[in-house]
Amino acid sequence: MDMHVLLFALFAVGAVASAVLTVTRRNPVASAMSLVAHFFMLSGLYLTLEAQFVAAVQVLVYAGAIMVLVVFVVMLLNLGNEHRLQERSSLRSVMGTLIAALFAVQVIITLLAHPTGMNAMSPQALTIGTTESIGQTLFTTYLFPFEAVSLLLLAALIGSVILAKRHVK
Amino acid sequence: MGIDLFGSLPLVVIWLALGGVGIVIQAFVRDNTRLVFGYYISTLIATGVLAALTFGHTGLTFDGMVTMGGSGAFFDILFCVTGILTMLAARPYLQREDSEIDEFYTLLVSAVSGMMLMAHANNLVVLFVGVELMSISFYVMAGFFRKSIRSIEAALKYFLLGAFATGFLVYGMALVYGSTNALDYATITSVVRAGTTPFPMLLAAGVTLMAVGLCFKIAAFPFHQWAPDVYQGSPTVVSAFMSTAGKAAAFSAFIPAFTMLMPVGAGASYVMNMQLALAVIAAVTMLVGNISAVAQSNVKRMLAFSSVAHAGYLLMGIVSGTAAGHQAIVFYLTAYTFMQLGAFVIVSILERENDGHLEFSDYAGLSKTHPVLAFLMAMFMFSLAGIPPFAGFFGKYMLFIAAIDSGFTWLTIIAVVSSVISVYFYLGLVVKMYFSDPVGEGHATNPGTAALTLGVAAAFTVLLGVLPSVLQSMFTAFH
Repeated sequence: MDMHVLLFALFAVGAVASAVLTVTRRNPVASAMSLVAHFFMLSGLYLTLEAQFVAAVQVLVYAGAIMVLVVFVVMLLNLGNEHRLQERSSLRSVMGTLIAALFAVQVIITLLAHPTGMNAMSPQALTIGTTESIGQTLFTTYLFPFEAVSLLLLAALIGSVILAKRHVK
Repeated sequence: MGIDLFGSLPLVVIWLALGGVGIVIQAFVRDNTRLVFGYYISTLIATGVLAALTFGHTGLTFDGMVTMGGSGAFFDILFCVTGILTMLAARPYLQREDSEIDEFYTLLVSAVSGMMLMAHANNLVVLFVGVELMSISFYVMAGFFRKSIRSIEAALKYFLLGAFATGFLVYGMALVYGSTNALDYATITSVVRAGTTPFPMLLAAGVTLMAVGLCFKIAAFPFHQWAPDVYQGSPTVVSAFMSTAGKAAAFSAFIPAFTMLMPVGAGASYVMNMQLALAVIAAVTMLVGNISAVAQSNVKRMLAFSSVAHAGYLLMGIVSGTAAGHQAIVFYLTAYTFMQLGAFVIVSILERENDGHLEFSDYAGLSKTHPVLAFLMAMFMFSLAGIPPFAGFFGKYMLFIAAIDSGFTWLTIIAVVSSVISVYFYLGLVVKMYFSDPVGEGHATNPGTAALTLGVAAAFTVLLGVLPSVLQSMFTAFH
C-alpha cells in the first residue's frame, strides 16, 4: 500500500475519533482540546492531498488563533458544574441523532452505489497547493478582492471597538 | 495587469478616502465630529461626481474583476446620494438621541463602498467581499444605540441570521465554481448558456443556494422575518439607509448574477424551474408583506413590512429576465429609495427618546400640528402605494409590463391585488393624519439638516413621476 494512502487513512480515522470526542466530552476544556486535535488531523489530511498552504493556515488560524479564543471564553465564563449543562430536552437530541443517522445512511448508500476508488493525483496538484503559487495568484489576478478584504477587516475592527468599548463619549 | 485607472476612480477614491485618509484624520483629530461629518460628506460627493464622469466609460478593469461605468456607475451615484441624504438626516437625529459618534459616518461610508463593490462585481469573489463589507457595517449600525435593548436585539438578530445567509451564498458560489470551473461572470454565462457543465445537479443546487442568500439580503419571503424586528429596533435613520440603499445594493448584485445564472432560453435545464420558483417567491413576498403591514400599529414596523412587499414587486423584474425587466427594477429602486427614505426620515424627525411617538395613534391630527411634515408624509405614502403622478406609479407600471411581456400574467394579477391591499394601510396613515384630531399637545420638532433630505427626496419623488424619461434615457448606456 502506498504511503500516502496509509497516512490519509490514519489522519481520517484520527479526525473522526477526535470529532466524536469533541461532542461526547462533558468537560468543556476536554471538548475544546479534542477540537484542537481534530483541526490538526484535518491539516494532516490536507497535507496528504498536497495542499500545503491550506494545511499551514488550518494550524495557524483554527488550531492556533480560534482555539485560543474558544479556550479563553470557556475559562472566562467559569461554567462550573458540568452536569448543569446536560441537555434537558430529549426531543432535540433524539431528532439530532435521527437526522445524523439518516445522513450517514445516505452517505453509505451513495458510496456503495458509486465506489470512487483511488484516483492518481493530478500532476497539477503538486504546484497549485504551494504558498508560492497561491501568493502569485493572490497578488496578480485576485489583487482587487485581496485589497477589498483589507477594507472589510477595517470595518469589522471599527465595528467591534464601537460595540465593545465601555465609554464611547 | 489590466487596470483602467480612470474607470476605476470611484472605487479607488472611496477606498483611499476611507482606509487611507479618513482613519488618520479620526486618529489624530479628537472630538471634532463636524470635521469628520464634513469629510465623509465630501468623500461621498466626490465619489458620486466621479461615478457620473465615468458613466459612459464602460468596460472591465482589474483583470476583469470589476466593471466600469454603465449600471455600476449609476448605482454608485444612487448609493452616494442615499448616503449623503442619510448622513444629513442622521446628524440632528443622533444629536437628539445623544449618541453621535464619529464612527457612525465611517461605517456608513464603508457600507457604501461595499455596495459599490456589489454593483461593480464581475467575479463571484468580489461580489462576496462586497456583500460582507456592506453587511458587517450594517450589523454594527443596527446596534448603534448601545443602551437600547431593542437596538442590541436588532443587531444580534441581524448578525446571526445574516451570517447564516452568507453561508448559503458562499456555499452556492462554491458549487457554481465547482460545476463551471469559473468565478468570472462571462465564463459562467457561457457555460450556463451552452449547458456544457458535467455536473448539472451541482450547478442547479449552487444557483438555488445563491438565490437563497440574495433573497435574504432583499428580505424576500420566506427569508424576510428579520426585517421587521431589525428595522424596528435599529436607529430610525439606519433603518432608512438599510431598507433603501441596502435593498438597492442587493438588487444591483442580483441583476447581473441572475442574468448570468438564469439566462432566458439557456441550455441548462434548471432555468425554467428557477424562474418559476422566483415568481412564486415574488408573489408570496408581496402578499405576506402587504397583509402583515395591515396589522401593524407601529409606523416603523409598517414601513418594514412595506419594504418586504416592495422586494416582491422588484423580484418581478428578475423573474422576467429581460433587459426591460432589469431597467424597470433600476427605475423602481431609484423611486423607492427616495420615497422610503423620505418616509423613514419623517418618522425619525417625529420620534422621541426611548422609542416614543412611533405608533399610528401618535400621528393623529399631524396635519394640524406639523402641516409640512404631514403633507410630505402623505406624498410619500401615495407614491409607495403607487398612485400617480408620483414616482412609485411609473416604477410599478414598468415592472408589471415587463412581467406580462415575459408571460407572467398571473404574477402581475397578484401584484395588482397586493397593491390594492397596500393602499389600505398607506392611506390609513394619511387619513389618520388629516381627518383625526390631535391627541394631547403637539411637541416642537427641529428637523435641522434633515429638512434638506426631505426636500431632495420629495423633489425626486415628484420629478420621477412627472418626467420618468429623465431616468429612462440613462438606461441606454447600460447594455
